[in-house]
Amino acid sequence: MSLLHLAILLPFIMALFVPFLYKWFKSVHTGWFVLLLPVFLFIYFFRYINPVSSGSNTYSTVNWIPSLGIQFTAYVDGLGLLFALLITGIGALVILYSIYYLPRAKEQLHTFYVYLLLFMGAMLGIVLSDNMIVLYTFWELTSLSSFLLIGYWHTREKSRYGALKSMMITVFGGLCMLGGIILLYLVTNTFSIREMVTQAPIIMEHPYFLPAMLLFLLGAFTKSAQFPFYIWLPDAMEAPTPVSAYLHSATMVKAGIYLTARFTPVFGLAPEWFWLVTGIGIITLAWGSFHAIKQTDLKAILAFSTVSQLGLIMSLLGAGSASLHFESLDNKMFSAAVVAAIFHLINHATFKGSLFMAAGIVDHETGTRDIRKLGGLMSFMPITFTITVIGAFSMAGLPPFNGFLSKEMFFTSMLKLLEFNLFNVETWGILFPVLAWIASVFTFIYSMIIVFKTFTGKYQPEKLDKVPHEAPLGMLISPIILASLVVLFGIFPNVLSFSIIEPATASILPYLLEDGEQFHVHISHWHGWGPELYMTLGVIGLGILLYLGLAKWKLVYKLFPEKLTLNKAYDVSLRGLDKGSLKVQELYMTGFLRDYLGYIFTFVVLMTGWALFSKSAFTFETAGNAPIGIYEIVLAAVMILGAVTILFAKSRLTSIIALGSVGYGVALFFVFFRAPDLALTQLVIETISVSLFLLCFYYLPELQKREKLPFKLANFLVSLGVGTVVTLIALSANSQRVSETISSYFIENSYKEAGGKNMVNVILVDFRGFDTLFEITVLGIAALGIFAMVKLRLSKGEES
Amino acid sequence: MFETVMKLSLLILALSTLFYFYRLVKGPTVPDRVVALDAIGINLIGLTGVTSVLLKTNAFLDVILLLGILAFIGTVAFSKFLEKGEIIENDRNQ
Repeated sequence: MSLLHLAILLPFIMALFVPFLYKWFKSVHTGWFVLLLPVFLFIYFFRYINPVSSGSNTYSTVNWIPSLGIQFTAYVDGLGLLFALLITGIGALVILYSIYYLPRAKEQLHTFYVYLLLFMGAMLGIVLSDNMIVLYTFWELTSLSSFLLIGYWHTREKSRYGALKSMMITVFGGLCMLGGIILLYLVTNTFSIREMVTQAPIIMEHPYFLPAMLLFLLGAFTKSAQFPFYIWLPDAMEAPTPVSAYLHSATMVKAGIYLTARFTPVFGLAPEWFWLVTGIGIITLAWGSFHAIKQTDLKAILAFSTVSQLGLIMSLLGAGSASLHFESLDNKMFSAAVVAAIFHLINHATFKGSLFMAAGIVDHETGTRDIRKLGGLMSFMPITFTITVIGAFSMAGLPPFNGFLSKEMFFTSMLKLLEFNLFNVETWGILFPVLAWIASVFTFIYSMIIVFKTFTGKYQPEKLDKVPHEAPLGMLISPIILASLVVLFGIFPNVLSFSIIEPATASILPYLLEDGEQFHVHISHWHGWGPELYMTLGVIGLGILLYLGLAKWKLVYKLFPEKLTLNKAYDVSLRGLDKGSLKVQELYMTGFLRDYLGYIFTFVVLMTGWALFSKSAFTFETAGNAPIGIYEIVLAAVMILGAVTILFAKSRLTSIIALGSVGYGVALFFVFFRAPDLALTQLVIETISVSLFLLCFYYLPELQKREKLPFKLANFLVSLGVGTVVTLIALSANSQRVSETISSYFIENSYKEAGGKNMVNVILVDFRGFDTLFEITVLGIAALGIFAMVKLRLSKGEES
Repeated sequence: MFETVMKLSLLILALSTLFYFYRLVKGPTVPDRVVALDAIGINLIGLTGVTSVLLKTNAFLDVILLLGILAFIGTVAFSKFLEKGEIIENDRNQ
């Protein structure tokens, strides 16, 4: 157990104490105690920047289930550190924000912070685990805690719906990922990601490669809200705004990005990987940005914009995997895509966090997030306005903010894909920059909507519940810090380049570097008059035109009817699954015992009959059988007659008497076959059971129908089949004995060892007395049960 | 000779049981069937006796006694059931 493990587990430990802090310190907002933890962790992880950027990664191992090869290996490299800093840093800001956002008097703060800490710990666990099973454990913990956080206001119908939906989709992906992990384990015999990377060439050749890759991608795509699994993210906006800012923009939705980046060295060489990651990413980007414009809720716009930005990062990661095809760094353009992905990941976390917080402030101070009701808030909330402008302009990709830089790098990477001449990219590759450019135009438009529909235009006081005013300072601190970071990274992007981005790139693309070599990371504002700059100018120009004419072309969205959306498909398929399974269940669970018996017997006949004939096990051997006497034949005829009488009897009493005769016949057979003890017992038991039948029949209604029981062909066939199969099995079992019986031992030893001449009784109480004990128990239980049933008669009201 | 006679009587007893059984199946009334069952029980006693002579064992004498008792009890129970509609009168129900 190292300090690093403690750092990962600290949020869980803290979560244990939060309820007590909430109860004992009633005057202090619980968030203040919780705030200390991420701040402390942030400082702790900050100290790793120096060793990691100089190329030394830290890891330490604690055995968890060593017999299964599951160790909790904490591993800090560039990528893990970047995510750990994001999680703890934004975590601290979000908790600070939530202190002012959630009033202590009205909210169940202890549950909120317990869930949030669980989430933070789980997220740290994901990004710092080297063992895939541990990673999966933390992965599911994030799904679970996200479910709890989305459903935080659990009395609202929509919160529960959103929580359930996100749970279903992310857990579906998580389970797929577990399948991928197991497949990879079967190939490489290790759960460690680092060892897996070294075995990447072996994995490539293995038949499990493709299924494992697809399963991993399903996990990553569902978590990171890629097309078509993005549908849970807009519904997750029912969560409190700090949660939306933290989970659904900066951290959890990037877990899939993390997974994709982490497994790029393992899967990245495959053409399927390149096409899926880049293609799905670019589709998600375009789709998300297109649909963001029609939203009217601020948070919904932000949710769709998150979807689209995640698609952007994903497509960059896919483009970056192309660099694995080149031996050296000569063709450094594709590794630049990875640099762009990481840079945009950081940028997105900063500006989207600040935008969510600003939206939360608007909601908090006006009582609505609907942009149709908002407008003209600029003079009321100048600081929030400034924050929103910085965030939204950065999102739109305007200079001098950081979004501009990453968007330029994105265009560069997409354009460079045109030069990539593997996997048929030369034919369809033109779509990448085109889609990227169109999506950027839409991104520009919705960024403008966020700013100008909220803060400029006409002020509509009659539609607002509250009189708007600027938020308290505490609430503004976090978005101000994030907005400052947006500007800082925008103006001085190179503070990040070798401290964080370069080590992270190195961990996504290992083995491309010689010892001591570093990736070329240089982000500059001015990179000459290139095609990227013209593309950006085009985005701005067309974006402004389209924004001004928004009212005219917004009708386009009417072309997509509500019925054909993916949400509808999800709802319908879920309901269909519900109804379908109910129908299937009603089909065979009829509630009639006769039907169930029919199933059981049919399967007995089919399975044993099939086994008997497929193995050609049926033999019939008469040698060694005893001779059959005439009285045995007569007795058998009597018993057959009795059995047939039971079937065709018209009154119950006849059936009973016939049953009794069959029982006595059995007793007589015992006599013939020299079993006196059995004959005795059989006689007594038969008499008693016949009298018990009589006892029962007294309480039964008169047998009304005088006519015969209706003949049912299915029943006839089933009973005939059962009889035939059992007879055949008995005949063939008798015809082929495997070994001698052990009865000679009892014959020799029953007097010598046990001192009894009655062999049956000696076996019952000496050699195998254990069975007898439990037969006695069975009888005792039966007697007690009957007594209880007769005596204990609760009337309907007294039940339970 | 002795064994042949014994086997012959066994056959006769078995055939007689078969005929009783015809009565049991045919009826027509329930008392007919009860009497047939009682007679089958007595026939069983005979069958058991002859069989134990044939098998040269006295292990089945208990069975003969038991059959006698049971045939009696069974017939009485059936009769009582036909007469009163129940076998054991339950005083607590009154």
